[in-house]
Amino acid sequence: MNTPNTMLSPELSPESLKKIDREVAKYPADQKQSAVMAALVIAQDEKGWLPKETIAAVATYLGMAPMAAYEVASFYNMYDLHPVGKYKITVCTNLPCALSGGVHAADYVKQKLGIDFNETTPDGMVTLKEGECMGACGDAPVMLVNNKRMCSFMLPEQIDKLLAECK
Amino acid sequence: MALIDTINPLLTTGWAKGDAGWSLKDYEARGGYKQLRRVLESKMSQDDLIAEVKKSVLRGRGGAGFPTGLKWSFMPKAAPVKYVVCNTDEGEPGTFKDRDLMRFDPHSVIEGMIIAGYAVGAKAGYNYIHGEIFETYERFEEALDQARAAGYLGDNILGSGFSFDLFAHHGWGAYICGEETGLLESIEGKKGQPRFKPPFPANFGLYGKPTTINNTETFAAIPFILGMGGEAYLNLGKPNNGGTKLFSVSGHVNRPGNFEVPMGTPFSKLLEMAGGMRGGRKLKAVIPGGSSAPVLPGDVIMDCTMDYDSIAKAGSMLGSGAVIVMDETVCMVKALERLSYFYYEESCGQCTPCREGSGWLYRVVHRIEHGEGRPEDLDLLNRVTDNMMGKTICALADAAAFPVRSFIKHFQSEFEYHIENKKCLVDPEVQRMGSGFFKAGAA
Ligand SMILES: Cc1cc2nc3c(=O)[nH]c(=O)nc-3n(C[C@H](O)[C@H](O)[C@H](O)COP(=O)(O)O)c2cc1C
Ligand code: SF4
Ligand code: FES
Repeated sequence: MNTPNTMLSPELSPESLKKIDREVAKYPADQKQSAVMAALVIAQDEKGWLPKETIAAVATYLGMAPMAAYEVASFYNMYDLHPVGKYKITVCTNLPCALSGGVHAADYVKQKLGIDFNETTPDGMVTLKEGECMGACGDAPVMLVNNKRMCSFMLPEQIDKLLAECK
Repeated sequence: MALIDTINPLLTTGWAKGDAGWSLKDYEARGGYKQLRRVLESKMSQDDLIAEVKKSVLRGRGGAGFPTGLKWSFMPKAAPVKYVVCNTDEGEPGTFKDRDLMRFDPHSVIEGMIIAGYAVGAKAGYNYIHGEIFETYERFEEALDQARAAGYLGDNILGSGFSFDLFAHHGWGAYICGEETGLLESIEGKKGQPRFKPPFPANFGLYGKPTTINNTETFAAIPFILGMGGEAYLNLGKPNNGGTKLFSVSGHVNRPGNFEVPMGTPFSKLLEMAGGMRGGRKLKAVIPGGSSAPVLPGDVIMDCTMDYDSIAKAGSMLGSGAVIVMDETVCMVKALERLSYFYYEESCGQCTPCREGSGWLYRVVHRIEHGEGRPEDLDLLNRVTDNMMGKTICALADAAAFPVRSFIKHFQSEFEYHIENKKCLVDPEVQRMGSGFFKAGAA
């Protein structure tokens, strides 16, 4: 299922490009750059992280300067510009969560995995990140798995269960 | 978390079934899209529509409390291309109401936005959704498909000749995109750095076109206002503070969650709805409007009602309606350290007073918390905030300064104790147990 566009950016799969096309269609025809955030997410989902070449491929596909796409990728927190584990766990430690155990939950994960924030377990399975308010403070402690799955009320028992899943 | 309790449900009527009541047929069954239909079928004039919203004294629910009807009236009539934008970037620590609105009643937001589009003469809109809530973004996309299939979105809506389409734009982790012009930059596919104002979005907005931008809760209130009439909506609240409001209550209460109450409801009533203080402990302090609002001591907030005017009179802001409750197990220095770190992390770096000032604030509060504070540090903190407030492109610098000033103002002796004794006034073990993460007695 090759689309002609695939030729321009061999680094992304036809499926990813199709998803990007759907995003492009949301914006006025002369504003393709508006889709760059979504396109980088799609690229990150496919590759696991965002190598410079992939960012450049996204930029070319959208007809924008690679540097402009790189600026976007480095401005927003949830793009991974370096390889991460198979599971990226982001723990919210902001004040409202901290009042209900956000920091303690992060400490608990660190201790169980033997890693600190911004580190990956030696087997490459789990990367731990510190996050800012996820807009779910009533469900504290909260964690985000691979940017997309929100886990609520993460007390020790729930954390044990989550980590057991990360295989 | 589904709705726990409410007085006068409007925005939350659709939440009763939790995750099972969000779809189009449920929304229509509870009267959804009736107001859009009425507006279109009666060919209501734009001026009459805006006048009705003005009458309701609906004030923007995103933080600044600007009157919505007035904002809509600023849109130039003649411009050929205009936009309506919804701000669901909800990143203000403590705020989690827009996520529930979007999860449990996405069509109320869609209907509100279509009506707003009609009122200001826009043919397209975008809803900017906070990066961390992917599941909510997906549901909103599904709701948009439903609305489009039913003829509520697209060309010639319900045969009226009015066309409007709506799209979701997903953020990816940047608090500053909640600021309206940072948000517009972000939709344009750039770094979310706020723009100089003026020009305001009503004249120069998305892609340089006139744009109306409102918070999610603001849009969701529109169908209800048209349903009951502006005056009836106003009368639900109190003068100058129309209607009901969602409050996100977090922290040391027994039942954290969202509560919809009429403007002017006593804080004590809201606290009671949230199940009272966790473990029956004593209330120490409350941040009443999201982390950017000045903190108030417990005894001050207990005398307040929850509305813009009462909270402003007490020296804080109703902001986004995020009520962060702290009990006596909290070290105020540590609490401030968490907040100062956040603003330091999230400053977009364009303005020197904000970029440098937020770093200073964090480092000085950090050193006080870690037993390295100096006697002159409290003066230093206040001086740094003087150099930040009102001196930058956007209000993030003020948002970083308010917590620092108010924490020091109301809890000065606790900061002084920390500096002198190089440790917390509140016993660390008491702090540890306060979060409820550890079971009593466990290691
Ligand atoms: C740093 C900063 C962050 C903001 N974050 C949000 C936000 O997450 N959601 C929101 O609706 N408004 C936010 N605002 C306010 C918006 O700039 C804007 O005033 C609001 O979206 C207007 O909608 P309203 O009139 O309906 O309240 C923020 C403002 C600043 C300065
Ligand atoms: S005040 Fe801070 S966040 Fe706002 S534009 Fe200036 S540097 Fe950026
Ligand atoms: S503070 Fe953690 S989700 Fe809001």
